[in-house]
Amino acid sequence: MNYKYNVGCSIENLKGVRDFIRGALKEHDVAELQISEMVLALDEMCSNLMIHAHQCNPDDLFELHIKVDKGSPVVFEIIDDGNAFDINQFSEPALGNLVHEKRKGGLGIRLVKSIMDKIEYQHSSGKNICRLTKKVQFK
Amino acid sequence: MIHIKRLQEDGADVIALIGEIDASSSIELDLAIAKSVGEGFNKILIDCSSLEYISSAGLGVFMSYIEEFKDKNIKMVLFGMNEKVANTFEILGLYELLTIGKDKVQAKKLINEL
Repeated sequence: MNYKYNVGCSIENLKGVRDFIRGALKEHDVAELQISEMVLALDEMCSNLMIHAHQCNPDDLFELHIKVDKGSPVVFEIIDDGNAFDINQFSEPALGNLVHEKRKGGLGIRLVKSIMDKIEYQHSSGKNICRLTKKVQFK
Repeated sequence: MIHIKRLQEDGADVIALIGEIDASSSIELDLAIAKSVGEGFNKILIDCSSLEYISSAGLGVFMSYIEEFKDKNIKMVLFGMNEKVANTFEILGLYELLTIGKDKVQAKKLINEL
């Protein structure tokens, strides 16, 4: 089953994003803890996009797609026309360095990479597609 | 949306987090901790028993205080996390950097041992 959500780039919309994802995955009886992990990973991806690619401009929109079918990995797609930031190219700093530098960033990418199985980027007809995949357990 | 309550118990500042902390609300957590430090507390307990959700923005706030607290000899202990919130700290290995107790009783014990 496919779900689609349009999001304006205001960080105030992150709660709506989380509710949308939670709702979709709950309909398919995905294990609770895995739902919360994927909600977190997508929150991190969407907030990065809103803040770094769109400077929190609420008039800039992107699309979030979810494909969930029993027995298959869950696939999320973030479709956007801003500047793509490939997190696979970003080596996250060591935790100790984050503490030392008092940096508040860098943790989100670490979370996304820990939670999702696969993160792929694709560019076609002026759009950036970031596809995140995770194998899940269905109740 | 996060609602933050502060109360003082046995010389410690107890900061209770109620709701969700994400990129839009992490500033509230930062301000609450800064206020506690500004008022001179050297024992800070973070009550997470009504914290429903935390993203990296909130985790980063805790991380950003670690060095300052070491320098100023301020102790901080978090407690009362639900399974999902605890899992977020665990994924990042933050149990090694922060002191986390099961409940308030254990947290008070831990903060006196730090």
